[in-house]
Amino acid sequence: MTGSDEVAVVGLGIHEFGRHDGVSGLQMGAIAARRALANAGISWEDVDFAAGGSDAAGNADTSVSILGLTGVPFINVKNGCATGGSALTTAHAMLVSGAAEVALVVGFDKHPRGAFNPLPEEWGIGSWYGETGLMLTTQFFAMKIQRYMAEHGISSSTLAKVAAKAFANGSRNPNAWRRTPLGEEEILSSKMVNNPLTQYMFCSPGEGAVALVLARGPRIKQLTRTPVYLRSVAFRTRRFGSFEVFSPSIPIESAPSATTEAAAAAFEEAAIAPSDVDVAQVQDTESGAEIMHLAETGLCEHGAQEALIQSGDTELSGRLPINTDGGCLACGEPIGASGLRQVHEIALQLRGEAGDHQVPKPCRVGFTQVYGAPGVSACTVLTL
Amino acid sequence: MTQTSPRQLIDPDLIGGTDTEPRLIGSECSRCGTVTFPRQSSCAKCTSQDVHPRELATRGTLWTWTIQCFAPKAPPYTEAAVAEFEPYGVGYIELPGEVRVEARLTESDPERLQIGMPMELTLIPVPGAREKLTFAFRPLEEDE
Repeated sequence: MTGSDEVAVVGLGIHEFGRHDGVSGLQMGAIAARRALANAGISWEDVDFAAGGSDAAGNADTSVSILGLTGVPFINVKNGCATGGSALTTAHAMLVSGAAEVALVVGFDKHPRGAFNPLPEEWGIGSWYGETGLMLTTQFFAMKIQRYMAEHGISSSTLAKVAAKAFANGSRNPNAWRRTPLGEEEILSSKMVNNPLTQYMFCSPGEGAVALVLARGPRIKQLTRTPVYLRSVAFRTRRFGSFEVFSPSIPIESAPSATTEAAAAAFEEAAIAPSDVDVAQVQDTESGAEIMHLAETGLCEHGAQEALIQSGDTELSGRLPINTDGGCLACGEPIGASGLRQVHEIALQLRGEAGDHQVPKPCRVGFTQVYGAPGVSACTVLTL
Repeated sequence: MTQTSPRQLIDPDLIGGTDTEPRLIGSECSRCGTVTFPRQSSCAKCTSQDVHPRELATRGTLWTWTIQCFAPKAPPYTEAAVAEFEPYGVGYIELPGEVRVEARLTESDPERLQIGMPMELTLIPVPGAREKLTFAFRPLEEDE
């Protein structure tokens, strides 16, 4: 890749995650966008392409009525948990193609309390699936980790350690929702939700927004002294044989997950190996997801998570810090915002601007992975 | 066995056979042999549209499981089902050589569920709608 088609993150904006009564998702998105523009030192008129979306809080492009009617092309994205990743994929392609020089991506959401209640008809399944009590994402995650624990020797203690780490990191992050540290025992003894996963091992639907300013070529150095280069972004849907959410049946023959394929493509495009990664954010809808995604992305071998997590290697001060901002577990899950939150956090870490949750070791290479229904994943590789 | 009483099913496309000997109806690809449940009009593996219905095996083994400990929201569950909610088991049952089917389990005690245990198809009342039947799997006893 030559200097002129390099793409970098040059502006970061986030609206605090949590519960914000009286503030709409769109307003949070616009606030995050303004913060990202200010961080890049530019105004909305300087943006020549935008992409963004939410799952349940409205059309991203209507934020032009708040930000200003500049005529900018603004593509709405609605792609479940991969909404942020899809917005980023779109903006990256526009920049690399030369169709734009400065782009803004934004993701936001605002969900009611309690578990999500998707309707089977919207996912190509009969209403019988919901009436029978099978239309729950929590069931899928529980059954996937249940099988995985049996196959790869993962303990309940390790599930609890993932959550304890998330809340410890969240307590250091002013933009996180859950900011109270919780101990392993407290997590294990909290209410059972879907065996083997307890209440504090699950994230909760929440609210929040993230925006990023991206630039290409010579514009990068004009806008920032610490560019974080977006070396690759890869997005995949599921293959026949992968075990995904909302599947009334799955084939006996198995195939790599959407995450495995997206991660492999992202590393290949970036010409960077998983072993080069200094810090990573992976989808932690619940504790088990973080464990499985570590191996699916290639950051460790299947089964190696037990030793990796028990030894503290994935903590802030560890060898491979994971979900340094507290992840979905501590930040909550505003679907449209989570994918960009991960990229925001990696950029903060690489710039050395993460404050109380800054990884102490030097970090030059970061990685992100989102996963969502019905089997989509988007991964990025970022470097200084 | 002949049909002895009229039954009302949650979805007649899913279940064949009789009350006492029910069968799940899936589909099989005429080109590559891939089996799916429920029936599909095309093959998810090879994209062929030449697929035909197939009755699935009634016995298999528990591939994975969980207990649903909180009441699902209505919709897609029903208000009546939420009102009578008790924790229930859910699992994938591997039907040998065919497919793994997701289903409710008749067992909801986590101590009595284990990956690999033999299971058999049965019919249970639809949650919150006693007059209708849906499919589930039950653990097989040692001598069955």
